[in-house]
Amino acid sequence: MSAPATAEVLSVSPPATSRRRARDLWRGVARVGESRPATVGVLIILFWLAVAALAPLLAPYPPNASDLAALAHPTPSRAHWLGTDHLGRDLLSRLAWGARPVLVIAPLAVLGATALGCLLGLAAGYHRRWIDLVLTRACDIVLSFPVIILYMIILTHFGSSAWNIVGVLTLTKAPIIARIVRGLTLELREREYVAAAKMRGESALYIMLVEILPNARGPLLVDMCLRTGYNIIIIGVLGFLGIGLPPPDPDWGGMVKDTYGMMSVWPHMALVPCAAISSLVIGFNLLAVGLRELGLRD
Amino acid sequence: MTEGPLLEFRDVAIAYATRGGEVPVIPALSFRMDAGEAMGLVGESGCGKSTVALSIVRYLGRAGRLVRGRILFEGRDLATLDAAELRAVRGRRIAMVYQDPMASLNPVMTVGRQLMEVPMIHEGVGAAAAHDRAIEMLREVRLADPAAVMTRYPHQLSGGQQQRIVIAMALIAEPALLVMDEPTTGLDVTVEAAVLDLVRELRRRRRTAILFISHNLGTVVRVCDRIGVMYRGELVEEGSVRQIFTDPRHPYTRGLLDCLPALGRDKRHAPLVPIPGQLEPALARPPGCGFAARCVHVDRARCTSAPIPLRPRDGARGHRVACVRAAELAPWTRRRPEGTAADAARASDPVISTRGLGKLYHPRSGPFGAGRAPVRALRDVDVVAGRGRTLAVVGESGCGKSTLAKVLAGIEVATEGHVVLDGAEIGGLGVDRRSRALRRKLQMVFQNPESTLNPSHTVGYAIGRALRRLRDGAPADPGAGVARLLEIVKLAPELARRKPRQLSGGEKQRVAIARALAGDPDVIVADEPVSALDVSVQATIVNLLAELQAARGTTLVFISHDLAVVRYLADHVAVMYLGAIVEFGRVASVFAPPYHPYTEALLSAVPVPDPDRQYARILLEGPVPRASEALRGCPFASRCPRKVGAVCDDTPPPVHRLGGDHRIACHIPAGELATLQTALVEPSREER
Repeated sequence: MSAPATAEVLSVSPPATSRRRARDLWRGVARVGESRPATVGVLIILFWLAVAALAPLLAPYPPNASDLAALAHPTPSRAHWLGTDHLGRDLLSRLAWGARPVLVIAPLAVLGATALGCLLGLAAGYHRRWIDLVLTRACDIVLSFPVIILYMIILTHFGSSAWNIVGVLTLTKAPIIARIVRGLTLELREREYVAAAKMRGESALYIMLVEILPNARGPLLVDMCLRTGYNIIIIGVLGFLGIGLPPPDPDWGGMVKDTYGMMSVWPHMALVPCAAISSLVIGFNLLAVGLRELGLRD
Repeated sequence: MTEGPLLEFRDVAIAYATRGGEVPVIPALSFRMDAGEAMGLVGESGCGKSTVALSIVRYLGRAGRLVRGRILFEGRDLATLDAAELRAVRGRRIAMVYQDPMASLNPVMTVGRQLMEVPMIHEGVGAAAAHDRAIEMLREVRLADPAAVMTRYPHQLSGGQQQRIVIAMALIAEPALLVMDEPTTGLDVTVEAAVLDLVRELRRRRRTAILFISHNLGTVVRVCDRIGVMYRGELVEEGSVRQIFTDPRHPYTRGLLDCLPALGRDKRHAPLVPIPGQLEPALARPPGCGFAARCVHVDRARCTSAPIPLRPRDGARGHRVACVRAAELAPWTRRRPEGTAADAARASDPVISTRGLGKLYHPRSGPFGAGRAPVRALRDVDVVAGRGRTLAVVGESGCGKSTLAKVLAGIEVATEGHVVLDGAEIGGLGVDRRSRALRRKLQMVFQNPESTLNPSHTVGYAIGRALRRLRDGAPADPGAGVARLLEIVKLAPELARRKPRQLSGGEKQRVAIARALAGDPDVIVADEPVSALDVSVQATIVNLLAELQAARGTTLVFISHDLAVVRYLADHVAVMYLGAIVEFGRVASVFAPPYHPYTEALLSAVPVPDPDRQYARILLEGPVPRASEALRGCPFASRCPRKVGAVCDDTPPPVHRLGGDHRIACHIPAGELATLQTALVEPSREER
C-alpha cells in the first residue's frame, strides 16, 4: 500500500457536519430505550460504572484497612453494611474499589481484541487465498489451546499486571472476533457496492475499512457486549487462580479466592463479590440481547 | 356449499401498528369473488395487495389488525373461526402460493414427503394413498418423471420446478380458493410463461377460484377473468379483463397500462409514459382521491374534497370505477408505434466490441473433493456497440450475460479473446489494472437496488466519492457536483443527506446511475438495472437511461432478460444461450422472422398486455443444461423445439449472415426458418 493511498483512506469522512453526526449518534443511543432487556442491562452497567467512579466517596473505609474489632463479628452490621472479610477489611469498600480494575480491563481488552480481530478477519475474508489460509489456521491454533493453561503460562512468565491481562485477553479473544468478521466479510465482499468501489479504483484498504467494516458493526457490537461479560468472568477466574491483579488491592476474583475457605462459616465474604461479578456479566448479556433484538427489528 | 360469493370483503379496514402509530394500510375495501373465478389484484409495491392476501388467511401478524368490516369465506366470517376451524380452512379450503418458492419449501425434507403431508394431515389419508395422490399431482403440474422428483430435495430443483411443486402442494388438497402472491416475479420470462400457462390450464380443469396478485398487468391478463386495480389500499377500478384493457376509466389504470413496455414499442416511436411521482406512505391520507397528487386529469375542486366511492359504470356490467371524472375522460387508446424505424438504422462507429471472447471458470475443488469440470461461461462472443447506441444482451438466467457484463467492466477477466474499447485492448485487464482514464470511460450500473448502495453511507457520500475518484483534480465544491448529478437523474438535491434505507427501489437505482455518471463515461454497462423494480418504476428508469443516452451520447450495454424492455431501449440485440451468441443484429431484424429458434421461444414467452393478442407459446422443456467444456454442437440443441437431428448435437452450427450485421447461428437455413416462423411482434404501421 502506498503512503498517499493510506493517507486518503484515513482522511475519509462522509460529508456530515459534526453536529448532525452527534445527533445521529444520540438517536442511536436513545433507541436502546426501545428494548427492555437493553434498558435493564444499561442500567446495571451504569450502576457499576457509577460505583467505580464514585468509589472514593462511596467507600466508608480505605479498601485495605483492617478493622480488628470487627473480626469477631464480620457479618453485616451498622459499621460494615456488607460485613468484613477474614482480615477485617470492609467488603463494601473493597467491592467499590474492586469495580474499577474490572471495568477498565474488560472493555479495554475487548477493544483490543476487536481491533486486532477486525484487521485479521477483514484481511482473511477479503483477500482469500493464502492469506486466508495462514490467518485462519493461526487463529485455529490459538483457539485449540486450553485457554486457562495459556493464561497461566503467559501471566506467570511475564508477571501479572493490568496491562498483561489486557494483552493476554486481547490475544486469546482476537481469533474469535476474526472468525466473525471473516464470515461477514466473505458475504459483504460480494455486494454490488463493493464492485462499484472497485469500478472507481478504490484500494483494498479503503474497501475493507470504509465499504465493508461499517456494515459488520451490528453483529460486532452485539459480540463486543457478550465478550465484555466473558472477560469479566475470566478476570474473576484469574483472580481466583491467584494470577490476577497483585494483592493487596481489591479484585473481585481475588476476594473470592481469599475467603472461599470460610464459605461454611461466613458465606457472605465470598458471595458478595460473586454477586457483583454475576450482576455485571448479566448486565452486559442483557445489553447484547437487547442490541440483537434492535438489530433484527430494522 | 352455500349460495353466494366464495369470498367477500365487506368494507374491510386493516391497520398496522408501527413505532410512529397505527398506519391505515387498507382504509376501506369491498369486493367479492365467485366460486371458480379468477380475479387479478394489481398495483404498485406498497399498495396493500399482499395485505389483502394475508388477511384472508389471518396471517397479518402481531402488528396487523382488522379495524372494521368482515371477510366472508363461503358465507362464514373468518374472524370468528377458532384455531382448529381456521387450520382446517387454511389447509383444505384456501391455499397460498408466494413469490419465493424456496422460502415455501422445507429444505431438509424431500418434496415428495412435503406433498404427501398435506393429504395425510388434513384428510387423514394413508401414506400409500397420499403417495399416489402426490405422483398424480406432480404429473398434473407437468413435471417430467414425477417418481424421481418425489425423492429430491428442494435445492436439487430449478426455480421453475420449485414453483410447480409449491403449486402442486397448494392444489393437492383441492382448495376452493388459491391465493397467488406474485407467483412469477423473480422467474425467467420463459419459466414465467410456463407457470402462467400451467395455472391457466389447471384452473380450467379444476374450477378452483384464484386470487392472483401482481404488480404487472401483463401477467394477470393471461390468467384472470376479472381485474381489480389497487392504489393505496383501495380498489380504484374493477372490471373484466376486457373492460380494463380496452376501456380503462381510472387514470391510475391508464397509467399502469401506459408504462408497460410491449414488444411493439420502442424508445423512438412509442415512449413509455411513467406515472409521475411515487406511491406515498399510507400515513398521511388526504381527503378524496388518494391518487389525486399524481393524477394528470386531476380537478382539485372535485377530486380532493370528499371520499370517492367505487361506483358502477352505466352500461358496463361489473365495471366499477372510483373516479369523479370517469365518464368525462376521453376514450383510451393503446399506444402503438408510429413512424418508421429508419433513423435507428443509421450507422455509428463502434466504441466497444468483443472478438472471440471466452471465459472458463475452474471451480475450486475442496481439499478432499475431486476437481469438478470447468464451466464455460462465455464461448466465442463477438458483439459490437456503436457510439451513443444501446447494445442489449438477452437470455435466461445462467446464460452468461452477467459474466459478459463483468468481463466488459473488468470485474472478471476473460480467459481468451479480445475486448476493444475505443481502439484499446482491455480484455485481459482487470479493473484494478485499468488506468483512471480507462475506468472513467466505462462504468457499471448493477442489478439489485438493495445492494448497489452501501447502507452505511449517505447518497451524497456515495456520489461525492465517485466524483473524487473519477474526475481529474479535486472539485472546488463537491456538494455542487453531487447536486448536479442528482438533478441529472431527476432527484431532489436534499436526497444527498439520506441513507439508502430511506430511499425507494427506483430512487436507489437512480442514485446508482448518478454514481456511474460521475466520471462522464463513454460506456455504461447496465446489468439488469430494472428487473427488480415495479413496472411503473421500471418505466421511469428505462426512460431516464434513454434520455441520458440521447443527451450525452453515452453507449449503453444493457443486460436484460426482459425482451419487451430490450425491444424498447435497444438498437442492437445479442441473444445469448449457454455463453454463446446465437443471434445478433439490429433490434428490428432480431425481432422479426427469421429468428433463431431460441429467440423465437423467448419472444413467444413475453407477456402481452392485451387480451386480444395472446399467442401460442413455445415452451422449452427442461432446465438450462450445465455449460460444460465438452459441448460440441449447437448449445441450444438439448432444448430446441426445431432440432433437426444428430447434426445439432455434433457439429457447431453455421452462422448465417443476413442483411446488415444480422447473423443467426443455426443448422436450419435462414430461408427455411423464415417460412416456418410467423411474426410474434406486431409490425409497425408502415410495415403493415
